[in-house]
Amino acid sequence: MSEKKKARISRREKALIRTKNKLSSPWATAISIIIAVLWTIPTVGLLVTSFRQNRLAISTSGWWTSLLPKNWSDFGLANYKTVLGGTYNLGAYLTNSFVITIPGVLIPISLALLAAYAFAWCDFPGKNILFIAVFSLQVVPVQVAMIPLLTQYVNWGINNTFWVIWLTHTIFGLPLAIFMLHNFMCDIPRELIEAARVDGAGDVQIFLKVVLPLMVPATASFAIFQFLWVWNDLLVALAFTGNTASTAPLTARLSDMVGSRGSAWYLLAPGAFIAMIVPVLVFLFLQRYFVRGMLAGAVKG
Amino acid sequence: MVIAILLFVAVVGLVLFLTNLPKHMPSWGVAATFLFPAIILICFGLIYPAIVTFKNSFYGRDGTQGVGWANYIQIFTEPQFLRVLLNSVLWTILVPLLSTAVGLIYSVVVDRTRFEKLAKTLIFLPMAISMVGASIIWKFVYDQRVGLLSAVYTWVAKLFGHTVRAPQWLMNAPLNTFLLIFVMIWIEAGYAMTVLSTAIKGIPEDLVEAARLDGLNAWQQFIYLTIPMIRPSIVVVITTVAMAGLKSFDIVRTMTAGNYDTSVIANEFYTQSFLNQNTGLGAALAVLMFIIVIPVVVFNVRQLRKSQDVR
Repeated sequence: MSEKKKARISRREKALIRTKNKLSSPWATAISIIIAVLWTIPTVGLLVTSFRQNRLAISTSGWWTSLLPKNWSDFGLANYKTVLGGTYNLGAYLTNSFVITIPGVLIPISLALLAAYAFAWCDFPGKNILFIAVFSLQVVPVQVAMIPLLTQYVNWGINNTFWVIWLTHTIFGLPLAIFMLHNFMCDIPRELIEAARVDGAGDVQIFLKVVLPLMVPATASFAIFQFLWVWNDLLVALAFTGNTASTAPLTARLSDMVGSRGSAWYLLAPGAFIAMIVPVLVFLFLQRYFVRGMLAGAVKG
Repeated sequence: MVIAILLFVAVVGLVLFLTNLPKHMPSWGVAATFLFPAIILICFGLIYPAIVTFKNSFYGRDGTQGVGWANYIQIFTEPQFLRVLLNSVLWTILVPLLSTAVGLIYSVVVDRTRFEKLAKTLIFLPMAISMVGASIIWKFVYDQRVGLLSAVYTWVAKLFGHTVRAPQWLMNAPLNTFLLIFVMIWIEAGYAMTVLSTAIKGIPEDLVEAARLDGLNAWQQFIYLTIPMIRPSIVVVITTVAMAGLKSFDIVRTMTAGNYDTSVIANEFYTQSFLNQNTGLGAALAVLMFIIVIPVVVFNVRQLRKSQDVR
């Protein structure tokens, strides 16, 4: 898309760009650089620290001093090895994060696709009111549901298992998922659905063979949302996992480490980057879908 | 995990199979079976618990003894909780205003420059980093001994001829609350920038050129053309980020755990409900969060109605 756009830049637009740049710099340049630096340097600092092996140096000198060539020999993977195994055992928590996230994304999306289809293409009494109710629920703070849910889970004896976390993420993700997927689904041309109906297809066939294939990009964009939300979640994790190596995700463990090991930067820095790497990669590769979902969720609402 | 997914696939398959069974299922029947799983979960997991929490907010510590409005009175009279409320107000106002301002300014200044894509990705990236990760990144910046902020502070002091030690940034109220709020701004600015940047690109070329021919300079264009044209998007961004600011939990929990006068409603809810085992007070805090959010819900429903009318 961007290439096509580039080709279509007319001379008039080029002139416009030139004028605009002339008008706005150098102030604009200065502002943009300041913001960009402020938004990037903190992460770079911690990343550099995560590779510094001299623990004494980490807790006494700024990370920028390690960039001097005479200190380069200090860099290595020792900190990562320390946190991944042994008593810190971040490897186990990393696995938990995956085990929590995959069903935590798949289940709500499938249920939401079904519900969104009903809202978009079926007629039934009270449809609008029900839809507005679902829409409103997405802004209800999850806190109002947590304690009674926990009581339920304890009564059923499934507390501190993955089941609880999957179920909770599904419940909390559903309102937004239904709302967003419904928005996308309404964009499918009515004629396509009608045509399939005329050909004698039932709703299930239409859902599976007409709607689902068209919904792949939209579903992907919501999936990234849900992925980031579940992977990065702390509240549900702290409330329902019991914070042990058998079920807790990375975020809970890290938050715990910050509390108990205040300034052990040689542990926290690599820990933070291990937790970050997966969502950042997903995000960088699928940025376009993510932006699409964001715009559909926000601007259409 | 595999069992969960298989079990779940079986459920969805069953729903589809049952819907397909009768030759001519009426439309409401299809809707009913398709909606069934989602509605059941929402009722069980959101609506019913919300009602219970509302009831609990009028009960004492363990939820067995009715105490009337006592929990609410406690929140609105004890200094500790007034501080929490004040902090939440600061979060809910400052985070949306400042992150929208940063996002707006940034998207205007990098618009159609050569490095636009890279520049935007840099600002956007914190959205992917978990709030826990972001908290660790910034806790490092705020570290008294090796943090960048401390280094800049002592360096500036030296310029003025003073030799000072950097303060314990996160223990100094009220400064610490603002330092925490900045972390949230750092995360949310990318969201504001992306939505607003898309809106700016939607402004018709002719208008921009007309404004230029009328002799408006960059600043005037921004005030008289850009801002009015993208007002709806600005409103959406501000309300969305305001809700995020109100619900903010991870940053406070990770950076200070609510100590040193930094707690907010969402964090206090966690502390009271899970750590202090004070269900009644926790419930009252949750209900408060809900009440604060209601105007936003009403506003958003109106927006939704409007956009449906257009469609």
